[in-house]
Amino acid sequence: MRLNHLTAHELKKKMIDKEVSCREVVQSVFSRIEEVDGNVNAYIRVEKDSAIKNADEIDKKISEGEGLRDFSGIPIGIKDNICTKEIATTCASKILENYTPIYNAEVIERLNQQGYILTGKLNMDEFAMGSSSENSFFGPVSNPWDITRVPGGSSGGPAASVAAGEATCSLGSDTGGSIRQPASLCGVVGFKPTYGMVSRNGLVAFASSLDQIGPFTRDMEDCAALLNVVCGHDRHDSTSLDIEKPDYKSFLKDDIRGTKIGVPKELTVKGIDPEVKNAVDSALKIAEDMGAEVEEISLPNLEYALNVYYIIAPSEASSNLSRFDGVRYGFRNKDADTLRNMYRKTRSEGFGDEVKRRIMIGTYCLSAGYYDAYYEKALKVRTLLIKDFNETFSKFDVLISPTSPTTAFKKGEKIDDPMTMYMCDVCTVPANLAGLPAVSIPAGLSASKLPIGLHIMGNVLREDNVIRTAYALEKAIGFKNFPKI
Amino acid sequence: MRISSDDVKHVAKLAELQFSDKEVKKITPQLDRILKHIAKIRAVNTDNVEHVSLIIDVKNVFREDTPADTVSQEDALKNAPLEEDDGFKVPRID
Amino acid sequence: MMNGIKTEDKYESIIGLETHLELETATKMFCGCRLSFGEGKNINTCPVCLGHPGSLPVINRLAVEFAIKIGLALNCRINNRTIFHRKNYFYPDMPKNYQISQYGIPLGVEGYLEVNMGDYVKRVGITRVHMEEDAGKLIHIGTTGRISESGGSIVDFNRAGTPLIEIVTKPDIRTSREAKHYMTSLRNLLLYLDVSNCSMEEGSLRCDANVSIRPTGVEGLGTKTEIKNLNSFKFMQKGLEYEIKRQKKLLYSGKEVVQQTRHYDNDNQITKALRSKEEAHDYRYFPEPDLVPLMIDNKMVESIKETIVELPEIKVKRYRDEFGLSLYDAYFLARDKKTADYFENCLKCFKDAKIVANWIMGDFSALANKEKIHISESKVSPEDLCRMLEIIAGGSISIKIAKAVFEEMFKTGKSAVDIIKGKSLEQISDSSEIEGIIEQVIKDNSGTVQQYKEGKKKAIGFLIGQVMNRTRGKANPKIVNKIMSKRLE
Repeated sequence: MRLNHLTAHELKKKMIDKEVSCREVVQSVFSRIEEVDGNVNAYIRVEKDSAIKNADEIDKKISEGEGLRDFSGIPIGIKDNICTKEIATTCASKILENYTPIYNAEVIERLNQQGYILTGKLNMDEFAMGSSSENSFFGPVSNPWDITRVPGGSSGGPAASVAAGEATCSLGSDTGGSIRQPASLCGVVGFKPTYGMVSRNGLVAFASSLDQIGPFTRDMEDCAALLNVVCGHDRHDSTSLDIEKPDYKSFLKDDIRGTKIGVPKELTVKGIDPEVKNAVDSALKIAEDMGAEVEEISLPNLEYALNVYYIIAPSEASSNLSRFDGVRYGFRNKDADTLRNMYRKTRSEGFGDEVKRRIMIGTYCLSAGYYDAYYEKALKVRTLLIKDFNETFSKFDVLISPTSPTTAFKKGEKIDDPMTMYMCDVCTVPANLAGLPAVSIPAGLSASKLPIGLHIMGNVLREDNVIRTAYALEKAIGFKNFPKI
Repeated sequence: MRISSDDVKHVAKLAELQFSDKEVKKITPQLDRILKHIAKIRAVNTDNVEHVSLIIDVKNVFREDTPADTVSQEDALKNAPLEEDDGFKVPRID
Repeated sequence: MMNGIKTEDKYESIIGLETHLELETATKMFCGCRLSFGEGKNINTCPVCLGHPGSLPVINRLAVEFAIKIGLALNCRINNRTIFHRKNYFYPDMPKNYQISQYGIPLGVEGYLEVNMGDYVKRVGITRVHMEEDAGKLIHIGTTGRISESGGSIVDFNRAGTPLIEIVTKPDIRTSREAKHYMTSLRNLLLYLDVSNCSMEEGSLRCDANVSIRPTGVEGLGTKTEIKNLNSFKFMQKGLEYEIKRQKKLLYSGKEVVQQTRHYDNDNQITKALRSKEEAHDYRYFPEPDLVPLMIDNKMVESIKETIVELPEIKVKRYRDEFGLSLYDAYFLARDKKTADYFENCLKCFKDAKIVANWIMGDFSALANKEKIHISESKVSPEDLCRMLEIIAGGSISIKIAKAVFEEMFKTGKSAVDIIKGKSLEQISDSSEIEGIIEQVIKDNSGTVQQYKEGKKKAIGFLIGQVMNRTRGKANPKIVNKIMSKRLE
């Protein structure tokens, strides 16, 4: 088994046992990057020299008998909308192509304390807007399982890199499914924590009330360990929860007897790929065999979740992206002779089409005369949805559905029709709207060897139920495949 | 049509974006389709519903009035597309 | 004339004022950067107040406490739940191209300020008191410093993020004089609260006006214009006067007032319409998702109320009731906190309030005004003044001498005792000494003495004057008079 395909916990053991050096681990990953990233394009920027240097320092620590933390010396990729001090952070946009942050995101500070190895900055849909990672100024990301297909989005780079062995784990961000959907399409684990559990300080904001950073890993054990690192209160983020953080690893129990699993019928949409449906049904059967109680349920307002999302997210985004104007950082059109021209040319040239579309929708929904009918109304429907979930979770421990209605689609297939692309998010957006923790774990492969993802959602701050259910099913399903790239 | 090309031009102005006539022609039906779809929430009865703009039940988050986190002038200007006299230069305001 | 308005005026003016106040906290509203005081550009900044990607605001607790203080002092109802909104518009001094401000649920509402107009008291309603952040500063390059003629601008974000309080009045003000008195009273009140240095010159106190005209006595409001660039109380008065005249002229000639923003031009003492932007701004307000609501309970309000010092209106009443001061005198002493503090500190060591008041309002203020300083900034401390007043009360110097002594105290900072000793200014009250001098004077002025004895009683004044001359004014006039009268019998 190649080093770059091992999990973090396996690597940690090997490094502690001095079976391998950190340098070997890191070099294995970079060799892999050199081998495949020409085709995958998961990376916008690779940080090899500093990685090797840091690896040597870890090796020195090991030789001096210092203990290793869970992610010491582990090669981790970071989605390029998370600020890394002095390392360019572009959000896959021309408008930030040369932006170098002057501070680290909180999650980066926490990873630094672990002594992690930054492999590089990962490719994505521009400003996290998209479900295919085709909207990137640096070219689209390809799915390692089939490079003619998309890896999902917006965290395509983080998902693909872990799937292809170009990183042991990675961090992505999730606003409407941007961690879980690519995890599903790439056959890896992707987790979105309860809103407020991970600091948003240093995450370039897309939709402030929906965004969360979360891990991509190969298994639930690594996932829980990485949650232990990134979750926790941060005084720089007013929306960060100031509560005692559990040890997420303690929820890795292989026991779902008596767990009540709800299956919302609104999430089995028409147009769902029958292979996806079968994989989910099999997983539910396995769950029942393990002693869980499975029941189909209905959440009356769930059918409006996607509409609500596509009002709230673009509205907040239209305001969050106003700061990109060429004045203080980033790209500026230097030909403009007046301020307004400079704003308009900079933003029109600097943003891609999807970003501009969403800014337009959001600006419209907030504008005079439309605010009440769109934004205000959406907030109210969101309240109803949250009520639905509260009621549902008083009776059920987790809700299960497919993560994505389809497996990875071909590049270019949905890019011309925004509405079709938006439909990819139907199973994932509810978790963002209600701030619920949710994970996608691999449930199997389709006949054409494309991964299928299983979506498990829990109540607010009930990561315990989600992790436990995911861990138990992961073990039972036994997905141990790698793309043949 | 929910949105006309004049609407598009007006919204673009608010968002400091510019579109050529060709682009306006292309984007208007796309936006219209999206707006038609999201407007479906109109069907939901939201009488007497207080909206929640924040999911988490947190209140009164403060910082104390003590200096912290200031960066150097060099860092402040580091990414400036055009710097002059220790400030950010912008073209004539119209 | 009623309430300052000529009753034969066909039109009356309706004025509302919007005041912005920069708070004097140590740090900015949403980040830990210090407030700046004229150092180099962009040296008190951070990712938050520079609007860097990924940065997030966190509310300054002290700024909220100051805001509540201001709301309470203006008799507002403090909302138990208040939130921030984003006000979206693009401008280079805006780091995020939206300002974090308040909209539908501001901190304080429905308050008032009572303004002493001299001949009447005007109650000005306060619609709202809310919190927001300030923008950066633009320096326009080019010869004239005006935006339209500049070759670009340079942005300095030192000021960006400074806590601002916005105070909006109801359109209750009717004359430019009322406006000036409102601003003066407001400023004095705010200085009492010790939340800002309230300087229009430095820009920590700013004022915009909304002006409209309507037929006298009619309900409803006419079209209003917004007047900006009223950078001093004087500018404000002149700007309002011009605008009211301008609007009246329009209406008298059958034309209409156009709703617009106008800029006060002090060089020509007129208001001018700003060229561009005829479209009203669409600020697309929505609740700030990066901040959580503020829940302000009664306990918090009460504890802040306790930190508010005795405010001017109460002081005036107390000075009148306790010390018997006139309304005018009480206002003079109470209208600004520094004067009131000085006055009250004097009362700690000299009990006669009227005497203290007279000295402060008279000679002391005159000398201080000449030097363009406040009495509290002078070399005379309250204790120094008290000691001098004790000496006067004890009779060792006359009032006339005391004035000279005080002037010396003011100039040099020396104590009264030292000055009197140094210049041997003690009043001569020793009877035998005075008798001696009186004998001398009588001897040298036999002619006048004769005139007095022959019935010209006024001649005694001359003789007493001679005694005062020979003692360089130091002889106790009462004693001289007594002894002289007796001697000449």
